[in-house]
Amino acid sequence: MSTATAAATHDDHEHVHYTTTGLDNRKIAVWAFIGSECMLFASLISTYLIYKGRSKVGPFPHEAWTSPTGEVFKPILNIPVTSASTFVLLMSSLFMVMALAAVENRGKPGYGGLKGNSKFWLATTALAGTVFLGFQAFEFTSFVHEGLKITTNLFGSSFFTLTGFHGAHVTVGVLWLLTLLAIDMKRGLTPKDSLVVDICALYWHFVDVVWIAIFTLIYLIQ
Amino acid sequence: MSDHASHAGHEVHEHPDWKQYKWVALILFVITIIEVWAYYIPAFVASSAFVPILLVMSAVKFAIVVAYYMHLKYDNRLFVALFVGPLFIAMFTITALLLLFGKL
Repeated sequence: MSTATAAATHDDHEHVHYTTTGLDNRKIAVWAFIGSECMLFASLISTYLIYKGRSKVGPFPHEAWTSPTGEVFKPILNIPVTSASTFVLLMSSLFMVMALAAVENRGKPGYGGLKGNSKFWLATTALAGTVFLGFQAFEFTSFVHEGLKITTNLFGSSFFTLTGFHGAHVTVGVLWLLTLLAIDMKRGLTPKDSLVVDICALYWHFVDVVWIAIFTLIYLIQ
Repeated sequence: MSDHASHAGHEVHEHPDWKQYKWVALILFVITIIEVWAYYIPAFVASSAFVPILLVMSAVKFAIVVAYYMHLKYDNRLFVALFVGPLFIAMFTITALLLLFGKL
């Protein structure tokens, strides 16, 4: 980017947070935050994988277990339900990029109707996130009913901690999306707000990629 | 970066269009279907190829989302460094811990 272009852009957008890199400090911050989150989830995934197979009592994720009292516990992970929730979260990422595209291209040709309706896409993304949380609430509840609590065994402790942390991140993302939706409904998001939406989108997609890893490592690999 | 315009304090790059976004979603969906389908083939699950293939499919999905939905493919290299650097540390941490605890 040339100096003249940068100066002109600065005149147009006085609220911009420049750094010596020429990049907005908020976007640098969110990428640094996402990088640190990678390490947080790496530690949680490591813990799960290290404890995997070391539980003394069931229920177990992929194997049936008979307790000393003769009670039979089936493999506890419900792959069809989790596959459905994974699909919902993947689609939410699509809705999120649609929301960002709608805000960035507001008023441009080809971005009328549904395509340019950022409120619809933000609401759909938040709804998809909420549905995912609903699936997780169903999963946690059914696990507890089937005898797996956070204190039951090493699998329960590491599983609930890992997926619970992820669920908390999704919850924060949904609240963030609803905040953007409220702003959009109140005054309308314009291309000048695209960075604000972009930062939220980066967070949301990160939550999605973490789930991609969790789904494979925890649910599918036996 | 000369081909990129600056807007509202962050560099707005050529992002994928709607059509590409839908293709990306379709690819992610198909890979997920294949992953789940593979899970239900006992002979494949028992084979030594199951885990590596599943990890590769997961890594492809991860990379596609990061590159196209998070626009890292089109974005400034500093952002790439800020993400890929810690990601390597994270992967190294997982590998090292699994080795230490005899899981690899």
